[in-house]
Amino acid sequence: MARARKRDRLRWSKLYTFSCFRHPHTDEGGGGGGGPSAASGSPVGGPGFSRVVHCNNSILHRRKPLKYPTNYISTTKYNVLTFLPKAIFEQFRRVANLYFLLTAILSLTPVCPFSPVSMIAPLAFVVGLSMIKEALEDWRRFMQDMKVNNRKVSVHKGDGEFGFRHWEDLCVGDVVRVEKDQFFPADLLLLSSSYEDGICYVETMNLDGETNLKLKRSLEVTLPLEEDETYKDFRGVIRCEDPNPSLYTFIGNLEYERQIYSIDPFQILLRDSKLRNTAFIYGVVIFTGHDSKVMQNSTESPSKRSRIEKKMDLVIYILFTVLVLISLISSIGFAVRIKLDLPRWWYLQPEKSNKLDDPTRPALSGIFHLITALILYGYLIPISLYVSIEVVKVAQAHFINQDLHMFDEETGNTAQARTSNLNEELGQVHTILSDKTGTLTCNQMDFLKCSIAGVSYGVRASEVERAAAKQMASGAADDQDISLEDVWENTEDEIQLLEGVNFSAGNTPKTSIKGFSFEDNRLMQGNWTKEPNSNMVLLFFRILALCHTAIPEVNEETGALTYEAESPDEGAFLVAAREFGFEFSKRTQSSIFIKEKYTSSNGTIEREFKILNLLEFNSKRKRMTVILKDEDDRIFLLCKGADTIIFDRLAKNGRLYEPDTTKHLNEYGEAGLRTLALSYRMLEESEYASWNAEFLQAKTSIGPDRELQLERVADLIERELILVGATAVEDKLQTGVPQCIDRLAQAGLKIWVLTGDKMETAINIGYACSLLRQGMKRISLSTTAGDQVAQDAQKAAKESLMLQIANGSQMVKLEKDPDAAFALIIDGKALTFALEDDMKHMFLNLATECASVICCRVSPRQKALVTRLVKEGLGKTTLAIGDGANDVGMIQEADIGVGISGVEGMQAVMASDFSISQFRFLERLLVVHGHWCYKRIAQMICYFFYKNITFGLTIFYFEAFAGFSGQSVYDDWFMLLFNVVLTSLPVISLGVFEQDVSAEICLQFPALYQQGPNNLFFDWYRILGWMGNGLYSSLAIFFLNICIFYDQAIRSGGQTADMASVGTTMFSCIIWAVNIQIALTMSHFTWIQHVFVWGSIGTWYVFIIAYGMALKSRDNYQIMLEVLGPAPLYWAATLLVTAACNIPYLIHISYQRSCNPLDHHVIQEIKYLRKDVEDETMWKRERSKARQRTKIGFTARVDAKIKQIKGRLHKKSPSLTIHTVA
Amino acid sequence: MLLVLLSIHKREKGPSESVKRAHQKSRITWGRSHRVACHHRAPVSVSPVATSNSLIPRRLSLTVALPLLYSTAHPKPLAVHHPDPTLSRRAGDPHLLSPSSSPEQMDPSESDGDARKTNKPKYSKFTQQELPACKPLLTPGIVITAFLLIAFLFIPIGVVTLNASLQVVELAERYDMTCVHTDDKIGFIQNSKIDKTCTLNFTVHKHMKSPIHVYYQIGNFYQNHRRYVKSRSDKQLRYKNAAHLTKECYPEDNAHGAPIVPCGLVAWSFFNDTYTVKVNGETIEVNKKDIAWESDKNNKFGSDIYPSNFQKGGLIGGAKLNESIPLSEQEDLIVWMRTAALPTFRKLYGRIEKDIMANDTITVVIQNNYNTYSIGGSKSVVLSTASWIGGRNNFIGIAYLTIGGLCLSLALGFIVVLYMVKPRTLGDPLYMSWNRDE
Repeated sequence: MARARKRDRLRWSKLYTFSCFRHPHTDEGGGGGGGPSAASGSPVGGPGFSRVVHCNNSILHRRKPLKYPTNYISTTKYNVLTFLPKAIFEQFRRVANLYFLLTAILSLTPVCPFSPVSMIAPLAFVVGLSMIKEALEDWRRFMQDMKVNNRKVSVHKGDGEFGFRHWEDLCVGDVVRVEKDQFFPADLLLLSSSYEDGICYVETMNLDGETNLKLKRSLEVTLPLEEDETYKDFRGVIRCEDPNPSLYTFIGNLEYERQIYSIDPFQILLRDSKLRNTAFIYGVVIFTGHDSKVMQNSTESPSKRSRIEKKMDLVIYILFTVLVLISLISSIGFAVRIKLDLPRWWYLQPEKSNKLDDPTRPALSGIFHLITALILYGYLIPISLYVSIEVVKVAQAHFINQDLHMFDEETGNTAQARTSNLNEELGQVHTILSDKTGTLTCNQMDFLKCSIAGVSYGVRASEVERAAAKQMASGAADDQDISLEDVWENTEDEIQLLEGVNFSAGNTPKTSIKGFSFEDNRLMQGNWTKEPNSNMVLLFFRILALCHTAIPEVNEETGALTYEAESPDEGAFLVAAREFGFEFSKRTQSSIFIKEKYTSSNGTIEREFKILNLLEFNSKRKRMTVILKDEDDRIFLLCKGADTIIFDRLAKNGRLYEPDTTKHLNEYGEAGLRTLALSYRMLEESEYASWNAEFLQAKTSIGPDRELQLERVADLIERELILVGATAVEDKLQTGVPQCIDRLAQAGLKIWVLTGDKMETAINIGYACSLLRQGMKRISLSTTAGDQVAQDAQKAAKESLMLQIANGSQMVKLEKDPDAAFALIIDGKALTFALEDDMKHMFLNLATECASVICCRVSPRQKALVTRLVKEGLGKTTLAIGDGANDVGMIQEADIGVGISGVEGMQAVMASDFSISQFRFLERLLVVHGHWCYKRIAQMICYFFYKNITFGLTIFYFEAFAGFSGQSVYDDWFMLLFNVVLTSLPVISLGVFEQDVSAEICLQFPALYQQGPNNLFFDWYRILGWMGNGLYSSLAIFFLNICIFYDQAIRSGGQTADMASVGTTMFSCIIWAVNIQIALTMSHFTWIQHVFVWGSIGTWYVFIIAYGMALKSRDNYQIMLEVLGPAPLYWAATLLVTAACNIPYLIHISYQRSCNPLDHHVIQEIKYLRKDVEDETMWKRERSKARQRTKIGFTARVDAKIKQIKGRLHKKSPSLTIHTVA
Repeated sequence: MLLVLLSIHKREKGPSESVKRAHQKSRITWGRSHRVACHHRAPVSVSPVATSNSLIPRRLSLTVALPLLYSTAHPKPLAVHHPDPTLSRRAGDPHLLSPSSSPEQMDPSESDGDARKTNKPKYSKFTQQELPACKPLLTPGIVITAFLLIAFLFIPIGVVTLNASLQVVELAERYDMTCVHTDDKIGFIQNSKIDKTCTLNFTVHKHMKSPIHVYYQIGNFYQNHRRYVKSRSDKQLRYKNAAHLTKECYPEDNAHGAPIVPCGLVAWSFFNDTYTVKVNGETIEVNKKDIAWESDKNNKFGSDIYPSNFQKGGLIGGAKLNESIPLSEQEDLIVWMRTAALPTFRKLYGRIEKDIMANDTITVVIQNNYNTYSIGGSKSVVLSTASWIGGRNNFIGIAYLTIGGLCLSLALGFIVVLYMVKPRTLGDPLYMSWNRDE
C-alpha cells in the first residue's frame, strides 16, 4: 500500500510556510559547516549529554557499557521482592496501625494485660487484609503495564527484514517502522516517512492535550532510507542528551556517513504520541521505557483522602485523648492503691512484689501500669475500622464499576472507581469544574448553517435553538393564568420531552452524514445555481473546497473519500463542500483537484487548481489563506478566518455584505455555533509575482526573525479582501449534557467551565448547556492589554481588572431581585491576574456569587490553579472532570478527579480517581453512588465509634472494681473476636448495602444530594451523639450486670457468679446491644444484612459453646452449656440490658421521624404507603420541587421565563442584560 | 412482604415511563452511531437487533420491554462495512450510512467486538444493588406497638422475677467484727494458738425449704486483682505430669525446691473458716458435695492430682488441704479457685438438705480463721434458699418493671404526641425540606 501511494507523494515542505523550516541551515549544511559547528558549539558529549546510540546496531546496547533500560515499563509500586518490606512499611505509616503494632510488641512483655496472641492476631488480620488489597491493586497495574508492554511494533531484524516484536523487547538503537494511527513505542529519531520530504503528522494528545496535529520532519540526509531494504547496511551514531522530562527540547547530533548533523526536537517522535495522516515512518529508538520523555514526565498522582476520613482521624485523635485520659486515671488509681492498700493485701504477698507493682515505688509501678492501661483500653480505638472501611470501599467501587447505568455501549467502557478511597467524597461535592471539549462536547463539528452574500442558509435548528423554541412554547402556555403547580407539571413534561424525543421533536433529519447537518433546498442538489448571487455561492463553495490543508483518502473497497484534516472544522467544511457538489478529490504536489457537479453543463467535471502559496492557520493569525491559479490562469487568494480578523482586512468594495453577514454571525453565535468568515481576493499576475519574490526571500531567510518576517509578508497580501460569507458549525454536545447539568444544578452543585476555547465559543457552549441564558446578567472580565510586556501595561491591565471585579461585586451586591442570576466570564489573560494572591479572593467572592462561571482560554496550569483556588478558597469539595492531558493538572488538584474515558487518550483517565465514559454519567455517579457512599461511610464510622466506646469503656469501669490492676473481665478471645469477627460483618453490610432511598428516587429528588455537602450525617452533633450513645450503653451494660450479678446466686442450685460468668454475660449483652443497634440504624435489609446481623449474634453463641468445650478456655470451660445457659437470670439479664441500651436510641429515632422527619424519611413513607402511585400529582409536584434553587440549567431557564411573564403581568420591566467589558 | 415491595418496584416504571425509556434508549444508541463513526478506528460492523435486545435489562417488567421491542423490531438498512475506519472518522461519507436510517432507529454501527461485549457488566440484582429488601419503617403505629410490646413483655417478667426473688428466704450475718473481742484484731487472727470459735444465732422468720445454701461472703477482697488471677497453673491442676509448671504461680510457686501443688496465690489464700450449723441446738449436716460445677470437677481438676508441698512455705495463707484427697474432690477449693468478679463476693460453702421451719433458731459455730482484718475486709455467713431465678435478687425484677413502665408511658406519650398534639400524616410532603422553607 505504501508503495502504491508513492506516486502521489507530496512535498509538504513546499506547501507549508511556517514552522516546518525552522532550521534550514542545519538541514542543508550537513555536508560542510554543520558538522564542525555542531561538534564545537553544542554541549553534546559533555556532562548530561552522554548518551550514545548506535543506530541499527542494538546488539551494542544489550551489554555494558552502553546498556540502557529496556523498553519495559512498569508503573507498579512493588515487585515480588520488595512487596513485603515496602507494603508493611506503607501499612505502619498509619498512626493507628503503628499504635497497634506497638501494643502488639508490648504484649510480649509482662506489662500486657492479655495474651500476646489476642493483640497480634487482629493486627495481622487487619494489616494482612490491607496488604492483600494493595497487592491486588498492584497486580491490576501490572496487567495494564503488560498490555502496553506487549503491544507489537515492526522492528528491523537485519538484512532489510522487518518483523514484529513486543514493545518491551525494543532496544535502544533499533530501527522501527510505525504505521498510521499507531503509537510510537519509544522516543524515536525520525528517519523518513511515507512523504517524500520526510515529514509526518503527530498527535500529541497524550502528552499535552492538544488536538491539532503537529508536524515533524526528518533530516534531509536520512530521506533515502525510505524502504525496508535500505536499512540493511544503515549505520549511524547518535550522541545526545541524557533522559530528561522536557518535552519540547532535544539536543543531540547524528553521525552518519562520517558527517555530523545536529538533531533538534523536530526530528524527535515521542512515546505515546500517535502517527497521523502519514502512512508510515521509519525511526531509530533513542530513549526506551522509563528513559522516554513521557515516562520522565509522569508524576505520581497525589494521594487523596476524603473529608470524612480526615474528620475520622480527628475523632480518632479524640478517642486517643480519651484513651490516654482514662489510662492516666487508671494508672493513678493503681499507684494510689499500690501505695496505700497493697501492703495490707496479704493474699497478694506484697513483700514479693516486682517492679510492676511495688508498693515502695508506686510512681514507677504507675508508669508501667500506664502502658498496661493503654493496651487494655485500646479497644476504644477501633482496630478494624480502617480495614472495614477499606473492604466497604472496595465493594462500593465494585458497584460503581458494575453499574449498568454507567456502561457506555458505544465505547464499551464502564465507570471505573480507580481509587476507592474517595467514594464518599462523591456525595459531598460542592463545585464541579469541567473541561469543555471532549467533556461537554464531542469535539465533532457539524456544518449547520452558512451565510452567503448576505443571505442566510440552513434551516436546521441547533440544539440551542431547539431548546429555546421549547422554552418559548412553554412560555406561551404560561401566558394564561395557570396555577404554579400546573406550570410545574408542564416543565416536568418539557424535560421529559427533551430527554426522550429530542430529535424527533425538532425537524427530522433526512441525512445523517458525519459533519454535515445542513439542510436547505436552496443550496442542495445544485439549486444554488438559481440563487440570485450564484457567483458568490460558487465562490463560497470553492473556498470551502480549496482553502485547507487536508488530504483526501480513497477507500479502496468503496471508492469513497475521507479527508485527513487537521481540525474537525476543516473536515466538516470539506464534507459540506462535497455535499454541495464540490468534491475535493485529489491533492498533488502543486494542485488541488475538485470534482464539481453543477458548474458545467457536462455534469461532473474535475477541475484543477494550482496552489501557489499556502499560509496556514495558527492561533495567532486566526486565519488561513491559499493562493491559487485556476484553469484560466487567474490568481485567487482565498482566505478564511475569525470574523473580526477578516472584517479588518476587507477592501472598501468588499464590505457589501458586511452588515448582513455580521447580523447572521451574531445569530449563529447566539444559536451556539462556531463561525468563520470567508473571503477572497483576485490578484494580478504582476502583483502576485512581486509579493511572491518578497515572500520567498522571507521564507529562505535565516535567523530568529524569520517567523516575524513571514508573518509580516503574509499580512501584506491578506488585505483588500472581499467578503463572501460565513459558516456556522455546531460543536455537538455530548449526549445528555444539558439534562445532566440541569439535574446537577438541581442537586445544588455549582458548575464552572474551564476551557481553552475562545470566549465566544465558550459562551455559545454555555448557552447550549443552559449554563447561560437570556436575562442572566453577564459579567465579562477581560484585559485589553494585548501582548504588551511592559511593566506599566501589566499594571494598568491589572488595575482595570481590579476595577471590573469591584464593579461586578458591586452590581451583585446592589441587585435586589432575588431571582437575578449572574454569569461570570473570564478569559485566560485576565485570569492570570485574577489568580494572583492579592486578587484571588476578590475574584473568588465574585465568582461564588455568580450562578455560572466560565473561564476561557485557560492553560492547563491555570485550570489547576483555578481548581486550587476554589478548593482552598471555599473549603468545599471540588470535582474536576476532563478528558485530555491538559486536564491532568486540574484532575489531580481537585478533591475528586474524574476522567472521561474512551474518546481520546488515557492521560486524564490515568490521573483520575474515577473515570466515566460520558459526562452524563456524572449525575448517577454523584447523585446515586455519591449519596449512598457518603451516607454509608458516615453511618458506618459513627457506628464503629459507638460500638468500640461501648465495649472499651466497660473494660475501664471494671478496672475500678479490680483495684485498677489491669485485669480484664473478658476472656482474651472475646476481645480478639469482638472487632474482627463478631461485630465487623454487620457494619460492613451497612457500609456496602445500606440504601436510604432507591437509585431512582435519588435521581428523582436531586435535593436529597444536599445532605452530603451539608454533611448532615457526619457533623459533630451526630458524631458526639453516637459517642454519647456508646457511653450510655457502656454504663448500662456494666452497671446493670454488676447489680444483677453482685453477690447473689444466679441459679436455683445456689451457685454464685464468678468473673467468667459475669464477663461472658456482659459480653453477650454487648453483642446483642450493638447488633440490635445496627439493625435499628439500617433502613434496608436484604438477606445479606439479615444473615450478617442475626448471624453475628448466632456466631457468638456458637463460638462460646465451641470455645467452652475446649479445655484451654480456662474459666470459660463449659460456661454456656453448664453455667449460663440453664440460668434464667442470664437470659433475663441479656434481654434487660439489650433493651435498656437501645431504648434511648429508639426513642430518638421515633421522635425524629415522627416530629422532625428528614426528606428521605418522608420519601420512604410515601413509597411505603405507595402514595406515589395513588397520588401521582403530588408525587410529580414534589419531584419537581425537590431541587435546590438553581439559576442555571434548563429548568432555571423555564423558571426565568415564567417569572418574566409573571413580572410582565405585574407591569415590571424585564431584567436587563449588562455587559461590562473593559 | 418482600414480594409486595418488589412488585411496587416494578410498578414504578409504568407504561408511560417505559415509552420514554424506549425513546431514551434509542436516542442513546443513535448518539453512539455518531460517535463510533467519529472516533473509532477499529473496524466496526453490525448486529443491531441482537445488541439492542441486549439493551433490554432483564429487570424491566414485561410492560417495559414491549415498547423497546417495538422500537427495535424493524431492522435497519445496515451500514456498508468500511475497512478503513478513518474514513468515517473525520469526514463522514454519504455511503457510509444509509440516508434512511433515522435516529429513532437502531444504531447500525454497533460494535460486535468480543472485547466490548465482555466488558459489559453482567446484570445481577446484587451488582446493580437491586436486591429485594425489606425496608421496615418506623411509622407511629409501629413505634407505639414496639413500646407497648416491650412494656407488655417486661412488666410480666418483672412481676414474675420479683415474685421469685421475694420467695427467697435469706439470713445473713457479718461476723468478722463480732467474733473478735480484742482491739488487736490482726494479732488475734494471726495467733494460731487462740481458739477462734465463734457462735452466731439466727431466728428463722419464714419457712426455709431445702436445699438451703450456706455461703461465706467476703468484702473488700480483690480476687479479681490481675496479680491474683494470674497466679495459678491450670495445667498443673489438670495433668499429673505438669506439677512442675509453676512459672505463672509466682510468688507461690515452689517451696523447699519442690513445686507446690496447687500452686499460686489463689490456692494459697484458700478460705479456711468453717461453719457448723445447728438447728434448735441440733447439729445438721452441711453437705459440701456438688457445690462446684461438674465440668470443673471432671475436667479441670485432675482426679489423680493430690496436693503436695502445699502451705509448707514460710508464709501460710489460708486453709491446708488434705493430701490424700484428689483435687477433683476438693470442691471447696474448686469453688474458691473460680475467682470472683467483684471485691465483694459470696461463695457456696455447702447445702443443708433439710427444711428449716419458721421460728426455728439456727446456730452457726464458726472457726474464725481467715484473715480479713489486715485487708480491712468483712466476712459474713449467709443461709439462703434459692428460687428459679437464683438468690434474693430484687434488682432485676425492679429493673424489668421500670423499663416496662417506662415503655408503657412512652407508648402513651407517643400516642398523645403523634395522634393528638402533633399528628402527622405519614408521607406528608409538607414535611419535606423544600416545603418547609417556604
